[in-house]
Amino acid sequence: MRLETPTQAVAPRRVGAGSWVVAVLVLAVIGVASLLIGSVELPVAGVLGALVDKLPLFSVDHDLTDTELRILYDIRFPRVVMGALVGAVLAVAGAGYQGVFRNPLADPYLLGVAAGAGLGATLVIGLGAATALIAPVAFVGGLAAVAVTYALSRTVGGRTTTSLILAGVAVAAFATAFQTFLLQRNYDTLRQVYAWILGRLGTVGWGDVLTLLPYAVVASGVLLVLRRFLDVLALGDEESAALGVNVPRVRRLVVLAATLATAAAVSVSGLIGFVGIIVPHTVRLLTGWSYRVIIPLSLVYGAAFLMLADLIARTVVAPAELPIGVVTAFLGAPFFLLVLRTMKGSS
Amino acid sequence: MRRIALLFALLLVVAACSPTDSIDTTTSSAETSTTAVETTTTAVETTTTAEAAAFPVTVTDARGEVTVVTMPESIVSLTSTGTEMLFAVGAGDQVVAVDEFSTYPEEAPTSDLSGFTPNVEAILSYDPDLVIISFDPGDLQASLDAVDVPSLLLPTAASLDDSYSQLNTIGTATGHADQASDVVAQMQGDLDDIVVGTDVPEGISFYHEVDATLYSTSSSSFLGQIYGLLGLENIADGADDPGGFGFPQLASEYVVSEDPDLIFLGDIDFGVTPESVGARPGWDGMTAVQNEAIVGLDSYLASNWGPRVVELLAVIADAVVEHSPAS
Repeated sequence: MRLETPTQAVAPRRVGAGSWVVAVLVLAVIGVASLLIGSVELPVAGVLGALVDKLPLFSVDHDLTDTELRILYDIRFPRVVMGALVGAVLAVAGAGYQGVFRNPLADPYLLGVAAGAGLGATLVIGLGAATALIAPVAFVGGLAAVAVTYALSRTVGGRTTTSLILAGVAVAAFATAFQTFLLQRNYDTLRQVYAWILGRLGTVGWGDVLTLLPYAVVASGVLLVLRRFLDVLALGDEESAALGVNVPRVRRLVVLAATLATAAAVSVSGLIGFVGIIVPHTVRLLTGWSYRVIIPLSLVYGAAFLMLADLIARTVVAPAELPIGVVTAFLGAPFFLLVLRTMKGSS
Repeated sequence: MRRIALLFALLLVVAACSPTDSIDTTTSSAETSTTAVETTTTAVETTTTAEAAAFPVTVTDARGEVTVVTMPESIVSLTSTGTEMLFAVGAGDQVVAVDEFSTYPEEAPTSDLSGFTPNVEAILSYDPDLVIISFDPGDLQASLDAVDVPSLLLPTAASLDDSYSQLNTIGTATGHADQASDVVAQMQGDLDDIVVGTDVPEGISFYHEVDATLYSTSSSSFLGQIYGLLGLENIADGADDPGGFGFPQLASEYVVSEDPDLIFLGDIDFGVTPESVGARPGWDGMTAVQNEAIVGLDSYLASNWGPRVVELLAVIADAVVEHSPAS
């Protein structure tokens, strides 16, 4: 379906091939740097050789020991890929939420995903159940919280986005209160829950990557397909409907895709804040207001940003680690203020 | 159910607090103590008198000087190590309530009091004449001062000497100073025996896991010092920041590259097993995993600093002997 008229109404700045080249270059540079640098020093030539050696048709001599190879392939590589996936998903979900709710402050955790997932994780940790259960229960908790938010908003205020957002706030507050209660009862597990809340990529393997991958692909695909409709929605519900867009249906699809992806990301990586807000806004500043561009570029820059944040998290105090949520907030909060100031100045 | 029980408890407390009742209680307890002294044998009588005669005593806790006017007869302990020490120095009979995490010894009167979110009124309902805590959230000590209940703040020991001095403090404050010195001497002797009796090959390294996100403990913590008694190399020392708390979080790749000879798990109560450790990405080739040199530690032993550190050191020493590369 082509929607020339409305997208022109939003008047996107023309985005040339240059933007894409730059984005992919940034992603590639940060990705390779992330593989080369870590808390354990691996010889650069050896790592590059080993990586090329892994490619089909290539056979390169490298002098990495078995231990070094395990560190590279089994620990560092999946971690870097996971960082990219989680960052991409959170950024694109944030962009989707901002478009669908026409609210620049909307983030992937808006409808209570984070609080629900956090409650799920706290339940598992507090009850002393197997750590393998944390991810699935957090996933279910996140989805359940959003379902409750959705149901509540329908009983309260019909179909306006305001009632949905307010219901999300209420659900999040409730889940957080319950989580705090559980923590108070089980203070011996406090640090474990705390570590989860601050986000962790430290112990992920290829298994976790494979768990997240399908959700990330499907959700990003849905958002990419629907990105033109987000531009239409920016005009307002009635105008969009007049242009033949089934507004409630588009909104439901976007929210569903973004929520599924966020819940999956959060369940394997913990709560990583700010990515979903600062990445889409930065892309917006660089390229203008069309979601046709914001959605795909958010995917790329989200991946790059989180890989960079993780690189900092695992090297700044090496061989100890910083929680990645601390790094994203530390970089993200001042950066976000800067973005806000610039936006204000330009308008 | 729990709520109903709580309501009943509340009613009881309210009843106990009514003025006439409290006068009655005082009289009757005075009577009991007289009877007790009369009926006990002469030997016990002398010691009791001698112990009681030492009061008032002044001891020092983490906050400052604390004066205990008479020998405490109803002690409340909100710290598991404090409870362990009270019973070790022979003050167990004087303890009326301990917090929910004081699981040792079994005869300790466990209650639902919390050391984490202490409720002053709940504590006072036991009418304590001494309260022992290991940390002071929400100015608990100030509240207890206001009602003239002496309290001892005995935080996590920074060293074995700290642990010994806490034992002596508890001994003096409860009228068991001599027994406390005996316990300390016994501990020192037992620890020495284990150290002397264990043949530790040069350069044995270990990784102690606090939780599954790879928090560890370095030699600057109390726990790390216990490992240090045997001369083991702690891989977490490479990650300890100066002035840190001694509990750094390690990178997975760092643990793999350090390749410790032994892995001790302080988190087996939270679903971590030697098998799950071996199954972590990249960990399967590690020496400790290959040699099955992964030892789960009792979580009580790994988190307290009372006389039972002797048991902890024994477990560690056994593991070293069993998994030494030489054997």
